[in-house]
Amino acid sequence: MSYSDKVLDHYSNPRNVGSMDKASSDVGTGLVGAPECGDVMKLQIKVNPQTNIIEDAKFKTFGCGSAIASSSLATEWVKGKTVEEALAIKNTEIVKELALPPVKIHCSVLAEDAIRAAIHDWKQKQEVAKPAETVVGR
Amino acid sequence: MSTDVKTFPQELQGLGQQRAQQVSSKGVKLPIYMDNHATTPMDPRVLEEMLPYFMEKFGNSASRNHSFGWAGEEGVEIARERIAKLIGATAKEIIFTSGATESDNLAIKGVAEMYKEKGNHIITAVTEHKAVLDTCKRLEKYGYRVTYMAVQKNGLVDFEELKRVMDDKTILVSIMAANNEIGVVQPIAEIGKLCHERGVFFHTDATQAVGKIPIDVNKMQIDLMSISAHKMYGPKGVGALYVRRKNPRVQLAPGIDGGGHERGMRSGTLNVAGIVGLGKACAIASEEMAQEAVKLAGMRDRLRDKIMSKLDETYINGSWEHRLPGNLNISFAYVEGESLLMGINDIAVSSGSACTSATLEPSYVLKALGTGDDLAHSSIRFGIGRFNTDAEIDYVADKVIETVTRLRELSPLYEMAKEGVDLKSVKWAGEAH
Repeated sequence: MSYSDKVLDHYSNPRNVGSMDKASSDVGTGLVGAPECGDVMKLQIKVNPQTNIIEDAKFKTFGCGSAIASSSLATEWVKGKTVEEALAIKNTEIVKELALPPVKIHCSVLAEDAIRAAIHDWKQKQEVAKPAETVVGR
Repeated sequence: MSTDVKTFPQELQGLGQQRAQQVSSKGVKLPIYMDNHATTPMDPRVLEEMLPYFMEKFGNSASRNHSFGWAGEEGVEIARERIAKLIGATAKEIIFTSGATESDNLAIKGVAEMYKEKGNHIITAVTEHKAVLDTCKRLEKYGYRVTYMAVQKNGLVDFEELKRVMDDKTILVSIMAANNEIGVVQPIAEIGKLCHERGVFFHTDATQAVGKIPIDVNKMQIDLMSISAHKMYGPKGVGALYVRRKNPRVQLAPGIDGGGHERGMRSGTLNVAGIVGLGKACAIASEEMAQEAVKLAGMRDRLRDKIMSKLDETYINGSWEHRLPGNLNISFAYVEGESLLMGINDIAVSSGSACTSATLEPSYVLKALGTGDDLAHSSIRFGIGRFNTDAEIDYVADKVIETVTRLRELSPLYEMAKEGVDLKSVKWAGEAH
């Protein structure tokens, strides 16, 4: 299996590796995949509640080089976008950017899932937070 | 046609040795080949002995009427003697084939067809090579009954289980001598003894074992044994099948019909040069195997000790005691095998992970040992061979330690485990993948 230069670059110099406090109300965490399948991605976003802009993103991935590259690229792409814009990122764009071969397309699907899962987690936190704020407002 | 080429062309000399593309800071030539279960480089002494048989002594060994044929026949018969000597057989019991896959096919299908009046039951194990498993699967389509025995956690077949599954219709037991992935060496002598007590033929795929550990077909009561040249520093495309001639005599239905070569069991003009190479590889093994095994086991232990002293949560797959000297199969928890291979891409090894499709199937051999899919995905097979050096072992150990450490820092599983999360209790979102 030969990897594209972009995959090799992300594998050798992964962007935004790390973890954020998953208990924090402005952090959304997506954990997708399964160890039995050989791929697990954790992608976290930190969202500004006023602007809905993703100000920071971190990831950690257990998986092949393409999985690492897909999640690394995903963190780069979501940063600076609003959650709505980030939701519009398609796995096919990741495939194109990294020149993933057909057998590695599932890695890009997983990265898209990770973005969605992180945003979903963040949104749920906002739903829970809302009524409390309303009460305080009264 | 010119037949006076006596020396190997100058520009091609040096083949069989690793060609340096890069040199590490410690003077180790890169890439390092440490995948000697997949194939071995040819020993230069093997190549040297083969060369005359391509041009000078090109004759068909079946040509009985002239010196060209006799020269070819002489090469073949010397090789037959040398192979027989290595395994304690007689020359007449050696049948040349294209390799161990063909030998496995010939042995199993040949017995099945020849002895179908006697019975239709074959016993093998789930950790066998596909050359045995797929051959047995085909026979099932033709009405044969096949028992695929489970193995124990250490990779060894359960001897009591073997006794239990044998019945009066059993005609053949096929159990490999040493496994290609985990290097586990089966109790061949005990299995042979049991088979002979029960009047059942015993075939062993000894592709990884011949030339590496002592094999004696009489002491071990082996009736059929598959041999490959390219796993023991010989050429690809040639192998042999040992077929017992007495106590008991084994007869085989031919795998390939034709001119009646190889006592009618395997027709086709012999690959004389390849056979000469196999013979030389066996002759070298007869002389050097004992000391080489000590050297390889020492290097293997050194690699294990260095890696395991620096990395926690690494696990040896398969029995440590019953193992080929050059084999080390380790799982590095929380790191996926293919990404590990990518990080150590100047070292040629194999991974038990097969992350190449949407349905990620890890090694069936590791699964048979009860290794979880997660750890199977994290496994690396090191196959240390004749031409590896201590300096290479040190380079490989350092590189593996460095890469695993880096990938674990990148691994959410490692982070969760360190936080005390029981990964088995996590409900994974992507289990459909």
